[in-house]
Amino acid sequence: MSVGAPRALASSGQKPITEILHPLSAAEEPLSVTIGGDKQEVALTNGTPVETSSPASTSSLFNRLQLDDDLEADVRDPYADSTEMRDLFVTVDDPKKHVSTMETYITYRVSTKTSRVEFDLPEYCVRRRYQDFDWLRIKLEDSQPTHLIPPLPEKFVMKGVVDRFSEEFVETRMKALDKFLKRVADHPVLSFNPHLTAFLTVKDLNKRQGLALLSKVGESVKHVAGGYKLRARPAEFCAMGEYLDTFNQKLGTIDRIAQRILKEQSEYLTELREYGGVYSSWVGSEEELRRPLEGVAGCVTTSCGALEDLGDNMSLDFLPVLREYVLYLESIKNVLRKRDQSQAEYEGRLEAAILRKQEDRTPMPLEVEKCQDKVECFNADLKADWERWQSNKRHDFKQLLTSMADRNINSYEKSQAAWESLITLLQDKQTEDKTSETN
Amino acid sequence: MAEDGRDESVAADDDSQHTAEDGRNGLNNTMVEESPTLLRRMEICVAEAEKRSGKNAVNMQETFTVYLIETRPMDALAEGRNPAPDSLWRRYSEFELLRNYLLVSFPYIVVPPLPEKRAEFVWHKLSADNMDPDFVERRRVGLENFLLRVASHPVLSNDEILHHFLTEEHSWKEVVYETGFQAKADSRLKALSATFRVRNPDKRFMDMKHYSDELQSHTSQLLRARARVADRLYGVYKVHGNYGRVFSEWSAIEREMGDGLQSAGHHMDAYAASIDDILEEEEHYADQLKEYLFYAEALRAVCRKHELTQFELEMATQDLISKKQQHEELSTGIVRTFSFKGMTNKLFGQEAPEQREARLKLLEELIEEGEEAVKDKTVECEEHVEKAWVDVQRFKEQKDKDLREALINYAVMQVSMCKKGIQMWSNAKECFLKM
Repeated sequence: MSVGAPRALASSGQKPITEILHPLSAAEEPLSVTIGGDKQEVALTNGTPVETSSPASTSSLFNRLQLDDDLEADVRDPYADSTEMRDLFVTVDDPKKHVSTMETYITYRVSTKTSRVEFDLPEYCVRRRYQDFDWLRIKLEDSQPTHLIPPLPEKFVMKGVVDRFSEEFVETRMKALDKFLKRVADHPVLSFNPHLTAFLTVKDLNKRQGLALLSKVGESVKHVAGGYKLRARPAEFCAMGEYLDTFNQKLGTIDRIAQRILKEQSEYLTELREYGGVYSSWVGSEEELRRPLEGVAGCVTTSCGALEDLGDNMSLDFLPVLREYVLYLESIKNVLRKRDQSQAEYEGRLEAAILRKQEDRTPMPLEVEKCQDKVECFNADLKADWERWQSNKRHDFKQLLTSMADRNINSYEKSQAAWESLITLLQDKQTEDKTSETN
Repeated sequence: MAEDGRDESVAADDDSQHTAEDGRNGLNNTMVEESPTLLRRMEICVAEAEKRSGKNAVNMQETFTVYLIETRPMDALAEGRNPAPDSLWRRYSEFELLRNYLLVSFPYIVVPPLPEKRAEFVWHKLSADNMDPDFVERRRVGLENFLLRVASHPVLSNDEILHHFLTEEHSWKEVVYETGFQAKADSRLKALSATFRVRNPDKRFMDMKHYSDELQSHTSQLLRARARVADRLYGVYKVHGNYGRVFSEWSAIEREMGDGLQSAGHHMDAYAASIDDILEEEEHYADQLKEYLFYAEALRAVCRKHELTQFELEMATQDLISKKQQHEELSTGIVRTFSFKGMTNKLFGQEAPEQREARLKLLEELIEEGEEAVKDKTVECEEHVEKAWVDVQRFKEQKDKDLREALINYAVMQVSMCKKGIQMWSNAKECFLKM
């Protein structure tokens, strides 16, 4: 079953999949969806020539959509473009500690600015804790199983090892939550999810009760009955799977290398500090050499400081992003599996229906058509999200690696400046001494 | 460095582009400039090192390294002629022999040290093998430095044995043994390690001895700490090489990102490799520290020599006093202090007048000898103090200058290392930006 090159489509947008009318049905869907950043503008226009294919054909039901076939990932910053067209801005900041008799936890301020009609007000400000973000993510995964949901920072922290309330930890977590929310808000489909709206607007997010209504929404392809075996996965999804596996491996290796470097740098720092100390203690028995010895000790100390900052930055900014991506890969793999399952179900039902058709000439049951729809939708959503994800990933890693280089350069620059001013100081003194000698 | 030694004109200190190499040359040029000594008349360098095989004292085959000492007369160079240098080969043990001779013959001089016999304060990657080419090269430099220091010393440079060492390849050993310094060498060593109490040592020398201990302690601490730092730094740089490999592997699965990643990986490899040269350069700094670690020992020896001469003077003085006392007792019959003779006299009666006369005569002779001894010892002591103090002052000035220069050079090396690091990471960053 080949799927054409559809992008985000009828299944995307405000309505959940079950409510979308069949494209070949009478009602017309003047949907215009803009995918932020990418050049791929999808317009479902009326009167667009439709590929006349029977409902049961395996060709894509959505081939009638005109698409910009621009598969090249945007070289420019994918976010820059979208700011012009974006109408939903979210920020996570201002962490605060809450102490109650039962527990202690941190909440973050989530600010929203929007011009969307789905929101009653143009601005919102609520406080949320990690649990709430976790809830949102689960709901998004459940209600939008065909899309790639961005990852959250790690949920569990070993109590003894990491201080959950340390400034660094809270800062790191907050940045990751901010990123998560921004990614969701930038997604053309996810950003319209009612769970997101609730998350951003409702004062008291009572998960259990208030959103029972919403939980009805989005059953779709959530739980596919098992037992269906996938016959042939399309090549592109195989490629995706392979890519994810290899990429996962490489990320793991990079994580290990980065950690090893941190360890080696930390040990180097320890020795360097002691080394500087020897110069300092030597000063006591010298007169003429006092200044150069103190100077060297000072420069060594400066270098230690620069190195320490470098290590802290790498711990706080570099490693968490790597780990986030590993989680991201896991969630994408899950989506791929679900896609496989949905394809398997379709194929299974189709086979069964064909057999029955051969026997008693009944028309293709609607449920098979629906399955086909689901698969087509799924594939289309996934491919669109994949491209978006690839583009974002490229941007993220470019930024990650560039800032790693910058930090290292910065560390060396601090050290160099200290040593250079020492040389100047000592050489000036030297020329001073020489002139006073000849006088 | 050998090349620069041949330069006729002394380069002016150009502070703007100060490199570590300049630092070393500056030192040698200064030695030529400031010394009214051998070095002024003769250009000396240790040009090469070679491996040789031969039978040793116990008739066993051994491999050793010999060093080529080249000399040329300065006046010939000044006239613009370029004569071929006289040269001879010497091995490390011969240098040791020369130095031991100097130590014994000039106990009031802080004798320049030789480069270390075995590689010490080694960080793990560096070889501790004496045959290792890098070690041999650094030793060559150290031996040249030793010769230059000795030949520019106002006192040592005039020594005949030194001159023979530089000019007579084969007969030198006989000549040096003929001086009979070996016998003195043994007693010197004994004296250095002996414990004795000196009543009135010169305070300046006691302070200087204390200082030499401090210098020794700090330089060795520094050398140890530096070796550990070098070890760790090596590890940091080398681990970055792993980025090179993983970026390369990763680039294989990427489309647009591939080229950038691959190139960045190469720069990471280059970064990892750059540490080898950086640390090799730093070994020169370590060598400078080592020189003063060993110099501290030489300084201490001069102070100990003072203690020894002072002690011997005190002993001689003490001996003279006791002899005089004995004489007085014997001649006046008044026993002031306890003596065995006094006891026996009491117990067995006085001795016969002839015996007494004989003993008085003997004592008078001994007293005369003793007075000579005290005179000699006093002169020895005062001379030592005078000459040694001059050289200690000279040494102090040299040390301050050299170590200051060494520290500046170290700073220069650090700047160079930072610049290289910035270069590497900037290159990598450019590749990342192209991703």
